[in-house]
Amino acid sequence: MSNDTVLVLVVIVALAFDFTNGFHDTGNAMATSIATGALGPRTAVAISGVLNFVGAFLSLAVAATIASGLVASGAVTLTVVAAGLCGGIIWNLVTWLFGIPSSSSHALIGGVIGSTIAAAGGSAVLWHGLVSKVVLPAVLSPVIAALVAAVGTWLLYRITKSLTEGSRKHGFRIGQIGSACMVSLAHGTNDAQKTMGVITLALIANGTLAKGSNAPVWVIVCCAIAISLGTYLGGWRVIRTLGKGLVEIESPQGMAAESASAAIILLSSSFGYSLSTTHVATGSIIGTGLGKKGAEVRWGVAGRMASAWVFTLPSAGLVGAAAYGIAHGIGGTAGVIVIILILAALSGFIFWRSRASKVDHNNVNAEWTGTVAPEDQPVETAAA
Amino acid sequence: MAWINLSALWKIVVFGLIAGAGLPALFAGGLYALSQGPRTRVAGADGTVTDSDALVGGNVVGMVLAAIAFLIVLAAIGWGVYEVYQIGHPAVKK
Repeated sequence: MSNDTVLVLVVIVALAFDFTNGFHDTGNAMATSIATGALGPRTAVAISGVLNFVGAFLSLAVAATIASGLVASGAVTLTVVAAGLCGGIIWNLVTWLFGIPSSSSHALIGGVIGSTIAAAGGSAVLWHGLVSKVVLPAVLSPVIAALVAAVGTWLLYRITKSLTEGSRKHGFRIGQIGSACMVSLAHGTNDAQKTMGVITLALIANGTLAKGSNAPVWVIVCCAIAISLGTYLGGWRVIRTLGKGLVEIESPQGMAAESASAAIILLSSSFGYSLSTTHVATGSIIGTGLGKKGAEVRWGVAGRMASAWVFTLPSAGLVGAAAYGIAHGIGGTAGVIVIILILAALSGFIFWRSRASKVDHNNVNAEWTGTVAPEDQPVETAAA
Repeated sequence: MAWINLSALWKIVVFGLIAGAGLPALFAGGLYALSQGPRTRVAGADGTVTDSDALVGGNVVGMVLAAIAFLIVLAAIGWGVYEVYQIGHPAVKK
């Protein structure tokens, strides 16, 4: 069972996933602050990176869910984990290319479940755990987040009705920075845990750790570093869709949305629900559009996102299953190396494609014209 | 084991509303308190005179109330994070 070369490869791929998770999800915490101008784009991603790092140490409940609650540990081999991670990374990169804020968590879980089914059949999946701890929270969390954000938004505008436009904007920008920081922290408590859980799963599969073990400290530290680096890099494409595409946001709405997200994510982390921070953040942003009279939610964009969410688990699962098929067909260490090489090649290709329509800190806030990459315009106007 | 953990669900909704909507509302209350009192009038670039956008400096009571509101918000956040840490490290508790 024990195979240290493959184990090292799996850990590297897991950390790579954590990295994509970071940059895919920066937007969940920071999109609204960047959109309202409360924080400069680069300051925002730096703060978010640091807080993700801290958050990764804050709670380990979600890591435990991933490591023991979704698939029968007996069915999991290192090849299964490697293939599952490939599924997760590829789906994350594809959705990032299109600027769709899909769930990194579902990408990961889908990938691992797909490869488990391919390896050991459907009975190796703990369907009850999957539905009660992943699928139902996925459906419920955006609705709850939207409700909280809508109530919050309504209250904020109501209470500060007598303030001048300018002082309200100024005051809530400060509040918004605080709430955005809380979302980043919360993201660390939920998302960094998922990779820790997967690495722990791999260590258990390899016999390095006993069944039911918690994540070792070096795993926690590596995951915290990987996710904060990814966050710092900033997934500008997703930030743009969330901050500009969904609702035009003012700073009170930003604060309401972020407070709702932070509260829901932290609470759920505590209960060990591996919910998608992406779903929560999107729900909150929609809620804040519903809570303010006259605000317009772009339901077209929202619908496009929701359909991507439905596809995330099965799509990542299919890629995971295919990756397992290839690895298993070749067999052994060579098989794992081959799927990792394929993964690297595909990632390179997606990155190359993304250069054709670049979104970065300069044009992330450009007027929404229906596309992820703003149409060509001088940097000055784009940054305004 | 039930499919939906109802006790966790209602806790998330209730505490979510308190922390996610209540705390920002308290913060807004602080802003409101700050903004009370006589306003400085300023002339805009086009010559029209409007209320100043400055928040602080209206009156002392307002500033004290605002400070209390902001402190409660900060304390609640600190307490919440501490709770999450406590719950999230069962191994430490044992």
